[in-house]
Amino acid sequence: MTNLLLDAEALYGELKLGVARLMTPDTVLVGIWSGGAWLAQRLNADLSTGRPVGTISSTLHRDDFGERGLGAVEAATSLPFEIDGARILLIDDVIASGRTIRAVVNELFDYGRPASVELAVMVDRGGRELPVAAAFAAAKLTLPATQRLSLAREPDGRFTFAVKETT
Amino acid sequence: MKILIRNGRVVDPASGRDEAADVAIAAGRIVAIGQVPADFTPERTIAADGCVVAPGLVDLAARLKEAGPGALESELAAAAAGGVTSLVCPPDTDPPLDEPGLVDMLKFRARKLSRCRLFPLGALTRHLDGEELTEMIDLTEAGCVGFSQAERPIKDNLTLMRAMQYASTHGYAVWLRPQDRSLGGGVAASGAVATRLGLSGVPVAAETIALHTIIELVRQTGTRVHLCRLSSAAGVELVRRAKAEGLPVTADVSINSLHLTDVDIGYFNADMRLTPPLRQGKDRDALRAGLADGTIDALVSDHTPIGDDDKMLPFGEAVPGATGLELLLSLALKWGAETKLPLAQALARVTSEPVRVLGESLGSLGQSAGRLVEGGVADICVFDLEAEWQVTAGMLRSRGKHTPFDAASSGTRMPGRVRHTLVAGTLAYSAADATTA
Amino acid sequence: MLARRNPQLNAHGELIHLLSIEGLPRAILTQILDTAGTFLSVNDRDVKKVPLLRGKSVFNLFFENSTRTRTTFEIAAKRLSADVINLDIAKSSASKGESLLDTIANLSAMHADMFVVRHSESGAPYLIAKHCAPHVHVVNAGDGRHAHPTQGLLDMYTIRHYKKSFNELTVAIVGDIVHSRVARSDIHALTTLGVPEIRAVGPKTLVPGDLRDMDVRVCHDMKEGVKGADVVIMLRLQNERMSGAMLPSAGEYFKSYGLTEEVLARAKPDAIVMHPGPINRGVEIDSRVADGAHSVILPQVTFGIAVRMAVMSILAGNDA
Repeated sequence: MTNLLLDAEALYGELKLGVARLMTPDTVLVGIWSGGAWLAQRLNADLSTGRPVGTISSTLHRDDFGERGLGAVEAATSLPFEIDGARILLIDDVIASGRTIRAVVNELFDYGRPASVELAVMVDRGGRELPVAAAFAAAKLTLPATQRLSLAREPDGRFTFAVKETT
Repeated sequence: MKILIRNGRVVDPASGRDEAADVAIAAGRIVAIGQVPADFTPERTIAADGCVVAPGLVDLAARLKEAGPGALESELAAAAAGGVTSLVCPPDTDPPLDEPGLVDMLKFRARKLSRCRLFPLGALTRHLDGEELTEMIDLTEAGCVGFSQAERPIKDNLTLMRAMQYASTHGYAVWLRPQDRSLGGGVAASGAVATRLGLSGVPVAAETIALHTIIELVRQTGTRVHLCRLSSAAGVELVRRAKAEGLPVTADVSINSLHLTDVDIGYFNADMRLTPPLRQGKDRDALRAGLADGTIDALVSDHTPIGDDDKMLPFGEAVPGATGLELLLSLALKWGAETKLPLAQALARVTSEPVRVLGESLGSLGQSAGRLVEGGVADICVFDLEAEWQVTAGMLRSRGKHTPFDAASSGTRMPGRVRHTLVAGTLAYSAADATTA
Repeated sequence: MLARRNPQLNAHGELIHLLSIEGLPRAILTQILDTAGTFLSVNDRDVKKVPLLRGKSVFNLFFENSTRTRTTFEIAAKRLSADVINLDIAKSSASKGESLLDTIANLSAMHADMFVVRHSESGAPYLIAKHCAPHVHVVNAGDGRHAHPTQGLLDMYTIRHYKKSFNELTVAIVGDIVHSRVARSDIHALTTLGVPEIRAVGPKTLVPGDLRDMDVRVCHDMKEGVKGADVVIMLRLQNERMSGAMLPSAGEYFKSYGLTEEVLARAKPDAIVMHPGPINRGVEIDSRVADGAHSVILPQVTFGIAVRMAVMSILAGNDA
C-alpha cells in the first residue's frame, strides 16, 4: 500500500470504543511513551475513569541498548499508583515486532506484581518477533518495512499520523 | 685516507666563510678548502652537491647513562647520525665519573668506536653526593673538561662555594644546573597548565634564586661557571646582567626549551616530562632571543635516552628527559630560520660557540674543533639543508626513542638531514651507507 | 602543533571515556544530568535494577584507597546489572611491583568492559585510556589533584535540583582548592554550564593566585567569599595539610574558614551547603550547619549513585 492517509482522529474514536469495552472498575491506563502516553491521557479524560493515568518508558529494558545506546532521556516512567495487584491496560500507538511491549512489561514488573496486564493499540502493523498480542487494535494494516509510523499531537490536542521513510 | 668533498656549500661560522668550495682531507686533517692541489688524489670522493659542508657539531650536553652492553655504541652512533662530532657528557653515569680510571675507560671505549669525540665532565663531589670534593687535578689529566653535579643537589652554599674556590684555583670550569633543591620538586612548570592539570609546579623562583646564588658566588670567587639549561625569561635576564658586569659565566639552552612550551604537555604526554620543565610562551621567546643575541652561548641536545618502562607511566612518575642527539642540527636550523638568522649564525651556536665555552679545556684541539680551517681536524658534517623530515621512533639510532618532537606528539617538521659525518677524517656516518649505521 | 582530539570522545563526538569535565561540551554534561534523573527513579522502585549493563564486567581499580567512592561505584554498576570486580591495588611507594600498563593488559585479557580508576597521579587514567583495548571504557574516579568528574557531575546535579538554573548563580568553593580534584572538576563544570560567578575561598597557601587562570575569583576572606552566595561547597581539609607546613592547625583554620551558622548567614537566605564528604566536623564545617536546613550533603550521596549509573550506561552504549 502506498500513500495511505490514516485518519488518526477516526482511529482514536475506534480505540476509545475498544478500550471502553476492556475496562473494569479497577483498570488503570498506562500509556507507552510517547504516542501511547498521549493516547492514554486523552482516553483517561474522555472515559472519565476518575483514576490517575500512568506513563511508562521502555528505555531501561530495551534489547537494542548495545547498538543504539541509551537514546532519548525525556521518556520517563511515572506510575502514580500501587502496582501490586493492579489491573493494567497498556496503551500504545503502534505495535510491530512486540519488543517494546516486552521491555515495557519488564519495566512494569520492576515496580511490583500486577494482577493482570492487557494491551490496546491504535495500529497493529504486524511483523511480530515475540509472542505478544494486543487485546484490541483499532486498525490492522501492512506497511513496507522502510516506513516508520508514529503518532503526532497537534497543539490543539488533535492526533495525526506521521509516516516517515527510513533509509 | 684521502677524501675529497666536492661541490658543497662550505659554511664556517668562525671565519664567516660561506661559499661553494671543495674540501680536501688527508691524515685526519683538512688540507685544503677551495684551492685543492691538482695532484690531490682522493681515495674516496663525497658528492656534496646541494649540501652544506659545515664543521661537525659540538654538543655540550648528551647523557651516556650506561644502560647495559652496547649502550655507548648506540648512543655514539646516534651522535654520528646527527652530525655531532664532539660531545660533552655529564658525570651522572653509573657509577658517576668521580675516579680518573672511570674517565680513562670511557674515553678509551669511545676512541675505539671512532664515531664521536667524547669530553666528559667530572663529578664535582664524590659519588655526586654533594659533600666531598673530588680529585679534580687527576680527573682533568684523565680528560675531564669541567666539573658538574649533573642534576644532583649540592649539600649547601658553603660546600658550593668551597667547590668553586677549589676549581678556580686550578682554572677549572664548574658546570651548574641552576635549580633550587626545595623549590624544584614539582613535575611541571608553575602556571596555568600545571594548575589545570593538577600537576605539582616548579616556580620560576626555583631557577632565579639558584642563579642569584651562583652569580653571587662567582663574584666572590671568580670561578668560571657554565650555567646549564636555562628555562625562563627571568633567568635569561639575570645571565645578561651578569655578563654585562663582566663575570666569567656562559650558558646553554636545550632544544626542548627552545621550541616547546607547557601547553605541549597536552593530555599528560609523558614525552613532555622534562627537566627543566617546559615553561610558557614568553619564556620560550626570551630564550630564543637570548640565544640569538649571545646571552646564551650554546644550544645543546640535553640527550637523555629513556626506555619505555620509564616513560609509559603517569606523568608525575615518568623519568624526565628526552632523546636529542639526532635532532640537534635540525632544531638549530629550525630556530635559525624562524628567527631569520643567517645560516652561519645559527650553526655557530652548535659549532664554534660551544668550543669557545669549552675554552682551554680542549687543549690544542680547541684551535680547530667547531670550525673548518686548513690544517685543522677534519670533523665535518655534510647536510642537505632543503630536506625536511618528521621524527618517528623507528628512525632513531639511539636507544632512547622518546622525544617530544615525535610525529605523534608535536608533529614538528624538522629541516635539514645529515648525509655524512666525518670525525678526524674518518667517515663516522653516511646516510646512503646502511652498514656504517 | 598537532590538533589533538579529546581522548574522551569518539569520532562522532560521543563520550567513550569519562576522564575529566574539562573539554566536554555542555550538551554532554546536560545529557548525563538528564539521564541521571531517570536513574534516580530506579532507586525508588522495588526492583532497583535495570539490565542495561548485564553481562558486562566493571573493574574497580583503586590504586588509592577509598571505600566510600568505590562502594558507590559498585552499587551503581550492580543496579545496572553489571558484574563488579574490586581490585585494591593500593600503591606503596616502596615497592613498584607490576607496572600500571601491565596490570591493565592483564585485566583486559580477562574481558573487562569498563575500568573505574582512582590513582594518586594526575593523568593516570589518560594513560590507561590510551593503552587499553578499544572497546573498554575508562571512568576516572579521581586522579591526583587533577579531576574527579563524577563528583563534579553529581555536584552539578545537586545544584540543578535545588536551584533549577545555573545562569545567575554565585557559587563559593571553600578550602584546599590547590590540592583538590573535586574543586577543579566543579570549577570546569560550573564554567561550562554557565555559572557567572565562581569564587575560590581559602588561605593563600591553599588558594594561590594561580587559580585565577581557571577563571575564578580568589578570596582570602571567608565572609567576603560567602557573601550573597547561592551555593557554598565546602571541601575537606586533609590531615597532611593540617600538620604545619601550610597551615598552623585545624583550630586556626576553623576560626578563619570554618562554615558556621554566623558565616552562612551572609550567604543568600535560601543558599545550599554542599560537601563531597567525608566531613571533618569542627574543622571545615560546624556540626549545626552540616546537619542544618541548608545542608544537602546527604542528598548528594543519593544523587551520586544515579549520576554514576548515568555515566556508566551512557559510556556502555557508545562505541569507540
